[in-house]
Amino acid sequence: MRAYLTYFKLKFISSLQYRTAAWAGIATQFFFGFVYIMVYVAFYESGGKNLPMELPQLVTYLWLNQSLLALVNQFSRDQELFKLIKEGGISYELTRPKNLYFMWYFKIIGQRLANVTLRFIPLVLVTSLLPDPFHFGLPASFVHFIFFILSLSLGTLLVTALSVFYPIVTLTTMSEKGIVNIIITIADILSGIVVPIPFFPKFLQIISSFLPFQYISDLPFRLYVGNVNLADGVFGMCIQLIWIIIFILIGNIMMNKNIKRVVVQGG
Amino acid sequence: MSFIEVKQISKTFKVAKKKSGLKESIKSFFKREYIDVKAVEDISFSIEKGEIVGYIGPNGAGKSTTIKILSGILVPDSGQCKINNMTPWKDRVKYVKKIGVVFGQRSQLWWDIPAEDTFDLLKDIYEIPEKEYLETKEDLIKKLNLQDIINIPVRQLSLGQRMRCEIAASLLHNPELLFLDEPTIGLDAVSKQVVRDFIKKLNKEKKTTVILTSHDMADITSLAKRIILIGKGHVLYDGSLKKLQNKYETEKYVSIKTNDKLAIRNKGVKSKTKTKEGYDLVIDTREISISELLNNISKKITIEDIEIDHEGIDNIIVKLYEDYKI
Repeated sequence: MRAYLTYFKLKFISSLQYRTAAWAGIATQFFFGFVYIMVYVAFYESGGKNLPMELPQLVTYLWLNQSLLALVNQFSRDQELFKLIKEGGISYELTRPKNLYFMWYFKIIGQRLANVTLRFIPLVLVTSLLPDPFHFGLPASFVHFIFFILSLSLGTLLVTALSVFYPIVTLTTMSEKGIVNIIITIADILSGIVVPIPFFPKFLQIISSFLPFQYISDLPFRLYVGNVNLADGVFGMCIQLIWIIIFILIGNIMMNKNIKRVVVQGG
Repeated sequence: MSFIEVKQISKTFKVAKKKSGLKESIKSFFKREYIDVKAVEDISFSIEKGEIVGYIGPNGAGKSTTIKILSGILVPDSGQCKINNMTPWKDRVKYVKKIGVVFGQRSQLWWDIPAEDTFDLLKDIYEIPEKEYLETKEDLIKKLNLQDIINIPVRQLSLGQRMRCEIAASLLHNPELLFLDEPTIGLDAVSKQVVRDFIKKLNKEKKTTVILTSHDMADITSLAKRIILIGKGHVLYDGSLKKLQNKYETEKYVSIKTNDKLAIRNKGVKSKTKTKEGYDLVIDTREISISELLNNISKKITIEDIEIDHEGIDNIIVKLYEDYKI
């Protein structure tokens, strides 16, 4: 266990070396946050009816989305792992006396936590000082906040379990492009990062509830703003847990199968 | 039973075949042809504890593939391998705790952070006890002269400095068996010497078994008493380096400094060229020994100075490759 924590620590130290990337990330997230909010404000002011969320709730949701994007998004893949596979560094990985699946799992989670730590504090600080309609609000209640923390943690485990699949598949396909890119695009849309799930058409909401993606960030964010009641929150967290277990099991099976077929590239 | 016991290992890779050009590329986009490349075939050998074995062969002979099979990275198609009573690819996690691997062409150090941070990570990965870790680290720092470079981000190190750190990283857990796959590739003469001296010392002090591949024959001659020659996936020679040298080292180069005129028609003198200061001779030692030659010459002329040079190990290897047609 300790080795995995050290992985996280090193990922964190490595990421700290790239301060400019962090600043650029913060700027991008501010920009997108403002654009999204302005679009929705225009939409609300033009008199949309039966809207699933109140505007302040939605604004807070959108800021959560932006400030935690580095933690919960699908599209940022751990380039280091793909490089390892494509250029042959996988040799060293396989000479370590550890389960490769969990080694990669913790590398990815370390990278995500490191990236988000550098970005979310300035975003949350600044946006909570902004006037309406851009104001980042407080959680619906203390209990909602606790539920938010719990389900965000589970969401992080879930998104990591999903992200480990991509390098595992790459072990045999030798390229992370193609099918993986298609899956990631769909996954990002269905996770509510582009448009929050409550704004989806009914049929898409039903489809989405049977898929894992909305349990990554949509559930915790809606718990924070109070758009989901606590009972549904508990139910949602059970579903999160089930998906995590399923993905880690399948991931391990695939890893063990693919390791035997590993080809080391580049001599 | 020997420490390392390899029996009839074979491994075949599937390689996509494609002619060059756009038309062929489009064709292969729809229907891909594969050819089987036999990387290693029927490899067998055994190695005792504490040996240093040089594993040599031309590019593409199967050296690295063998190393990767022995270190548990690749799974062979057939054959058996027992190292320390474990099968590398089956008992991988348990087995790799006892081995160290250095791939000269790759890096295990984290690029953006100092080597010492990677060392700390390896300590946790190999679950090395604190005290043992500090001792080993101190020892390695001293022997590989790492004091000044261990705290610099790895990306800022020179190749030679990095390689010394790489070697240290592979030895933190005190492995019984060390695989070195081209550890001196791209290093300058001094760095190479440091690496060689270190490996020699390690083998002597800790009885670490070392399997070494290199294209620099000086590495092999200074470290290994025994070599295994592999070509086109087969073991071609397994035995002492000395024997190989004696067999192939039949030519010697003699330069004589003299003012006299030398007329020599001995058997075994393959060529004679006049130089500014004397003569250069090439002799075949199977036909005439050095002492015989000198005896002969010194009777006729006064020798001011003499230099005897033997064929370099590199030439021997070239001859060897030619003989085995690899």
